[in-house]
Amino acid sequence: MNYRILEKKVLIPGQTTLLVIDAPHVAKKAKPGNFVILRTSEKGERIPLTIADCDPEAGTVTIVFLVIGKSTAELNTLEEGQALHDFCGPLGRATHIEKQGTVICVGGGTGVAAMHHIAKGHAAMGNHVVAIVGARNKDLLLFCTELGSFCPEVLIATDDGSMGHHGFVTEVLKQRLEEDKDVSEVVAIGPVPMMDAVCKVTKPFGVKTTVSLNSIMVDGIGMCGACRCTVGGETKFACVDGPEFDGHQVDFGELRLRLSQFRPQEQESMQLFQHKCTCGEGK
Amino acid sequence: MSEKATKAAKLPRTDMPVQPPFARIQNYLEVALGYSEADAMAEASRCIQCKKPGCRQGCPVEIDIKGFIGKLQQGDVPGAYKVLREYNSLPSVCGRVCPQETQCEGMCILGKNPEKTGGAVAIGRLERFVADTFAKRLAGGDAACLQITGEAACRMVHDDLKVACIGAGPSSLTVAGYLASLGIKVTVFEALHEVGGVLVYGIPEFRLPKEIVRREVDAMRELGAEFKTNWVGGKAFTVQELFDEGYKAVFIGVGAGLPQFMRVPGENSIGVFSANEYLTRVNLGRAYDFPNYDTPIFKADEVCVVGGGNVAMDAARTALRLGAKKVSIVYRRTKAEMPARLEELEHAIEEGVQLELLCAPLSLNADENKRLVSMTVQNMKLGEPDASGRRRPEPIEGDTREISCQLVIIAVGTKPNPILLEATKGLALNKRGYIEANPETGETSIHNVFAGGDIVTGAATVISAMGAGRKAAKEIAKRLLGTEA
Repeated sequence: MNYRILEKKVLIPGQTTLLVIDAPHVAKKAKPGNFVILRTSEKGERIPLTIADCDPEAGTVTIVFLVIGKSTAELNTLEEGQALHDFCGPLGRATHIEKQGTVICVGGGTGVAAMHHIAKGHAAMGNHVVAIVGARNKDLLLFCTELGSFCPEVLIATDDGSMGHHGFVTEVLKQRLEEDKDVSEVVAIGPVPMMDAVCKVTKPFGVKTTVSLNSIMVDGIGMCGACRCTVGGETKFACVDGPEFDGHQVDFGELRLRLSQFRPQEQESMQLFQHKCTCGEGK
Repeated sequence: MSEKATKAAKLPRTDMPVQPPFARIQNYLEVALGYSEADAMAEASRCIQCKKPGCRQGCPVEIDIKGFIGKLQQGDVPGAYKVLREYNSLPSVCGRVCPQETQCEGMCILGKNPEKTGGAVAIGRLERFVADTFAKRLAGGDAACLQITGEAACRMVHDDLKVACIGAGPSSLTVAGYLASLGIKVTVFEALHEVGGVLVYGIPEFRLPKEIVRREVDAMRELGAEFKTNWVGGKAFTVQELFDEGYKAVFIGVGAGLPQFMRVPGENSIGVFSANEYLTRVNLGRAYDFPNYDTPIFKADEVCVVGGGNVAMDAARTALRLGAKKVSIVYRRTKAEMPARLEELEHAIEEGVQLELLCAPLSLNADENKRLVSMTVQNMKLGEPDASGRRRPEPIEGDTREISCQLVIIAVGTKPNPILLEATKGLALNKRGYIEANPETGETSIHNVFAGGDIVTGAATVISAMGAGRKAAKEIAKRLLGTEA
């Protein structure tokens, strides 16, 4: 099986990249909320990534990743025409999408990519989708144009005020919820502290809040329990029970600590990789 | 006792050469090194060729053990391999991983009075010798067919007959090998990125080298079987879609892969792993060779493994090899009730694994950063026998103790993985959530959909999964080819 990279787009240089992968059987089945697991090489680890978009007719799946460690750095070295070693999906439960009125989709960092696919699904169902996108500054904003093509409202927040609201997405969200009592659901995808903060904002409004958890995973098919998280006091597997859960029930503190489980090894691997890259380029 | 048996008594059971414990815990290579030809001939000569062999009754797939050892006694390795292959699809695997002491060897007449007879014939070691020796000698055009069937020529090719297997573990590999040798086109769909199921993600390299699984799979490929990795049944495709695409029968061999946790406080702390995760990282991900391979593994000085089966032994011995200073098996009964294969338990103890018996975890205790620091256990005593015939462990009221550990590996069993089952309409399950299959044919509640292995029986052995695969494969062949295969 050849999972060729048909298109590579650097969204934020050295940081965030978009790849369009040739994977017809995955594209045929993928729904908003699903994820894939890929490997870049025979020695690579399994990397879970939420699907950012897919085109069943073209047979393509779009993924967006943040260069955060060795494996994603290596993925970032692949160019158009090259192929991934493994590409497995679609995995996880799809987002529950029904006609329900106004849905606010909040995205932070690379999470905007996954949020984009879900927002698109809600829009296709005929819901009024309000997108709220946040980043540190305007150069780091992702998918605003794409979201604008199907969302009647795209609200922006930047930490430095270089575009849109000067501050956090949660402040924009809070204001929007105060103005509009008919919001039926909030979807939040992004870094753990952001999702946690969104849930704290929506709680007093009693609005259903869905989050997508980016736990550590190995197989992604329920075999190992690496991704277990506490939701409503019960242990759940993000890969097969999720990755989406009722945000008001999620133990974000535990999730944040569990994500740090392999940090020393991740750093060791990254340092070795950077060393090799520098030597390889003859610097 | 017959004259032959008395004569055999003079020969003790032939030892298997092994890597010495101090050396082997420094590497990940196979521990048991296999018989030399002289060892094998000496051991084979101990078999008295009983008129009514008990060993065969002890074998879940009723291998003609007397027959294969008889051939070996004559020095006929290909003949011995052919006998094995009639019953067993992966003899090189079973020779290594079967619990022979409770199966064939447990029924051997020479084992009844070991002081006089030198103990049961080492059937498993002979099986391994035959399979490994035969494979080493294979070469040329007929190699694949010889490997799969022990015969030089396979049947004609039936390109129009397609069968799908879901999962690529022991049961599916058996179906694939059997049908491929009859010329039926088999496609095996595997969810992970490597073929072999538990043989590659679960059982460590030091007990079953992956090369052996690869050799079998390569032979099947050679015969036209196709392996599609990264295809998750129930997600990337459904059973119905396979029929729509022209497959005539479907075999489900997806195993019982969902790990069970203990539901004690602190179980989600950092440093607590299911044995499935720990072993998958190390075996499938080759984390023992990190950072050369990218998959990381969690290391700690003090490790506790909860459980008394083979998986617990594998996890404990793996942790030792990864540099742990102290590894303890925590088990709620005693050594005598441990379900692990005897050789694994002995090897583990030789390597320095400690046993914390008659205790069960009460809580996993972590520091303020949720990192594991110790385990509190309830001390137990043995009461009356339960349904399994083993004496039931009972808590000693108020008697607890604390074991210092920074890594806990939970190996207390598995449950069926629901992904494919939920996606397959009309598939009947039993009360425990496993697939209902006809014990004679392996057929499920859906016509021409078969199932076997752990997804039918719950966690069991490689050999019983292969036995189920074989039954199903025979029935599929009969239906597709219209004759007894």
